[in-house]
Amino acid sequence: MVLAAVRPDAWNFPLLIHVAGAMVLVGALVLAGSSLIFAWRDGGGTMARLGYRTLLVGVIPGWIAMRAGGEWIASKEHLENSDLSWIGIGFSTADAGAVLIIIATILAALAWRRAARDAGGGALGKIATVLVSILIVTYVVTLWAMTTKPS
Amino acid sequence: MYDWLLFLHVTAAFFLVITVVVLSAPALGYATDKRLLTIATVAWGIGGLGTILFGIWLAIYVRGYEVWDGWVIAAIVLWAGATELGRRAETGFNAGEGEPARARAAMFHWLRTGVVILLLIDMIYKPGH
Repeated sequence: MVLAAVRPDAWNFPLLIHVAGAMVLVGALVLAGSSLIFAWRDGGGTMARLGYRTLLVGVIPGWIAMRAGGEWIASKEHLENSDLSWIGIGFSTADAGAVLIIIATILAALAWRRAARDAGGGALGKIATVLVSILIVTYVVTLWAMTTKPS
Repeated sequence: MYDWLLFLHVTAAFFLVITVVVLSAPALGYATDKRLLTIATVAWGIGGLGTILFGIWLAIYVRGYEVWDGWVIAAIVLWAGATELGRRAETGFNAGEGEPARARAAMFHWLRTGVVILLLIDMIYKPGH
């Protein structure tokens, strides 16, 4: 049995922004990934467009909220320069993830435009799908690190 | 033990939000693909079961929390409300009987989205604790 942790009230809002952003980020990644997989299988432009738009209006805003909330709560807890491994995992996967998200969004946009013109784009969509899948796995590991806090 | 319970509980909560985000596509009229509805239904099944099971387990396991605490009871009530609203939304989207039925399903979806947000606020702020 463990004692319930009590955190200062001032930490709650930044934590809410961080967690809500992370949830929207992962939810949107699942929607984008599913749409891109369906586009991959069916070859249609509709699902490719949904995958691209989800990355643009779901994943990117979710990432911004998650990252900003994370920085805010870390500063409240004075953990910005911490050597704790779970903090390191959080910051490194968030920042590396941003690069993959931007690349996946650009590739999904190109894949959708090419699919809409019946000019293929399948390979670009497939690469975007793989990147989104990598991001989902990475953020599950990050979630494990954030909740179990390995030292 | 506590760390793993928390991880499983929070992961299950992520599944609830996956449902909300995935169902937002048909609710906004961006997609009507039945496979998305299946993903949403399965995600709520996993998330719904996981949050209630591991949530109650945590409330029993952690000293200082009780299942009858106001914020825990509020969470259970919100969880039940979200589950029912979601059932109505998913039934409506699956039926696919024209615009009025889709609009009604979308309304239930947005109501569930609001309840899920309240659930998250309740979990973070733990009012009364």
